[in-house]
Amino acid sequence: MADNEISFAGRKRPLETLIKGALFMSSLLAIVVTVGIVMSMAFETWLFFEKVSVWEFLFGLEWSPQTAIREDQVGSSGSFGAVPLIAGTLLISSIAMLVAAPVGLISAIYLAEYASARVRSYAKPLLEILAGIPSVVYGFFAALVVAPFIRMTGGQFGLEVASESALAAGLVMGVMIIPLISSLSDDVINAVPNALREASLGMGATQAETIKKVIVPAAVPGIAGSFLLAASAAIGETMIVVMAAGLAANLTANPLEAVTTVTAQIVALLTGDQEFDSAKTLSAFALGLLLFITTLFLNVIAMRIVNKYREQYE
Amino acid sequence: MSDLFTSAEKHLKSRHRSESRFRWMGRLAIGFSLGFLAIMLFSIFMLGKGALSRAEIALPVDLTAETVDQSDIEATSFSKLVRNTLFETFPEVTDRGERRRLLGVVSADAQYELKRQVLANPELLGQVQTIWFTASDDIDLYAKGEVDVTLPEDQRRLKDLELGWLNQLEVNGQLRSVFNKAFFTSGDSREPELAGILSALIGSIFSLMVCFALSFPLGIMAAIYLEEFAKKSRWSDFIEVNINNLAAVPSIVFGLLGLSIFLGVFGLPRSSPLVGGMVLALMTLPTIIIASRASLRSVPSSIREAALGMGATQVQSTFHHVMPLAMPGMLTGSIVGMARALGETAPLLMIGMVAFIVDVPQGFTDAATSLPVQVFLWADSPERSFLEKTSAAILVLLGLLIVMNIAAIVLRKKFERRY
Repeated sequence: MADNEISFAGRKRPLETLIKGALFMSSLLAIVVTVGIVMSMAFETWLFFEKVSVWEFLFGLEWSPQTAIREDQVGSSGSFGAVPLIAGTLLISSIAMLVAAPVGLISAIYLAEYASARVRSYAKPLLEILAGIPSVVYGFFAALVVAPFIRMTGGQFGLEVASESALAAGLVMGVMIIPLISSLSDDVINAVPNALREASLGMGATQAETIKKVIVPAAVPGIAGSFLLAASAAIGETMIVVMAAGLAANLTANPLEAVTTVTAQIVALLTGDQEFDSAKTLSAFALGLLLFITTLFLNVIAMRIVNKYREQYE
Repeated sequence: MSDLFTSAEKHLKSRHRSESRFRWMGRLAIGFSLGFLAIMLFSIFMLGKGALSRAEIALPVDLTAETVDQSDIEATSFSKLVRNTLFETFPEVTDRGERRRLLGVVSADAQYELKRQVLANPELLGQVQTIWFTASDDIDLYAKGEVDVTLPEDQRRLKDLELGWLNQLEVNGQLRSVFNKAFFTSGDSREPELAGILSALIGSIFSLMVCFALSFPLGIMAAIYLEEFAKKSRWSDFIEVNINNLAAVPSIVFGLLGLSIFLGVFGLPRSSPLVGGMVLALMTLPTIIIASRASLRSVPSSIREAALGMGATQVQSTFHHVMPLAMPGMLTGSIVGMARALGETAPLLMIGMVAFIVDVPQGFTDAATSLPVQVFLWADSPERSFLEKTSAAILVLLGLLIVMNIAAIVLRKKFERRY
């Protein structure tokens, strides 16, 4: 009977150990990529700051990487003050948020609280289409249809509108990020417990009053999170601004003028002929790092807020 | 008492008015988004549908022994042949400048078109044959009715002279409109009438193949580890935060990573679908991981417990029982991720996939471009004819995205299970 005996001791399974190892390694990839992003940009940025001072980059008011302005300048290949780019980015993103925040939030409220199941089943996927359309398509539409339309309308009122205005890029970008706000806010509003709704309605409040005074205040953290994520997407958006906002580094708050953004400049600096190690090329990585840190900051805060909020009602 | 009652009633009325106002605002907000979407798609469609047809001009070409050496066709100067044909068709044009304009009526490719046709059908030789040539872009626009002939002459690209010729061709039935096959079968070109999307499309397909081959296995492996094997710890939390954050990093940052690491450190070929696919893979990885984890989570634990209870190891239970059930969801997430990667432009600009590509790329390391980049390049071109090409390329891109998303929806519907 000896050879029929069953051993209950676990067999060594080298293949399974190997598989587990491979699974673990691939989960590390996410960290490797993040580290890779930071390292690659930090290295080039370091080289850049050897040529141009951090102070000049962050607070300089002049951006003209192509032409030398002062002979005695370090690097002598232009001036690298990022303030006009940051201002332009903020201007366009603010316009986008002015469009997307009210429209997205009100759409979410309507879908979550008023719309019938049938309307919801059509309207929600249709809104999601807006997020699925490639940004190059929005850029084309902004440059070809929206910008001339704004220019023409402005002309009727005697306003001087640049052919590549911040307004056109911002408006179109706003439409693109509406679904980001509407779908996340929709989830958040749906997560508000029904007890709150019923209590308010039971006291005689109308549906609109319930929404304005009870549901939205209860959902504010989640809504704020969705706004932050949308703002982060607006800041990082590239193709719309490359195609519709132009490259003129104007320091202005006038939405009818042409401005440029951090992302548009990165594209301008790195497409076409480039020499490595020139301040011009390296500055693109410094801008990239600035962009990465900004969006990282917004994303982390947004995700914290949303997660905390979820826990609150679970 | 009645006073109080009427004032309450009044107040109630205004509250109900505000209720219906609020409702209408909601409808308006959704209507705004959908209206914008409709206008955008409609105007791109209207602009792009013209690219499906192109104008052709028929010219009687003398292919007798006098002009073409019947034994050695290759030696014939076809450009001279086209030139002489045009001059003979319009004998009244003698001025040098006018003759040059006359040559511009047919596309710059006319001589090769003629050569191709003659080589393919040698029986054409020996007589005068009517050959259809692709018209140049300005003529093409005229044939589509997009040239406003009422404008003063100095404000349009087609002058009265050309309009006269066109009139003559039209009357004689020598101008026709055909399906523009070249748009789908040729690469980019400086001449709008010859430009096509094939090279960009193949570039996109190659990039997506690389992207899928990398991101799908790695993505589901990472998801399986995090969902089935990892113990909840600080470390797994950190990985999770990292993944969620990567999903929201601007795409252009991935392009910078590709530029400095894949091109700068590893020295991989610039402008190639290989590098493009690698960059896109890094971008889609978080999407695939997140979708795959959700899919794994929806597999009930009774499946795992049953497998483990029958003596399977954890690896066996995962790969034999849990993963097959989660596969449709994982594939759906991957297709959505691929669709997103297909539309991505900015990171590809960083790694040099913006080149002017005429030839269809043959492999993963050839210089290539992609469909959305082609849209970007054409949108920048000054020729008016590129407008319809750009719009048509967008329509093809959107068509592909629709197909991919429908595939994802069908997959989900077909395999969706409720436990």
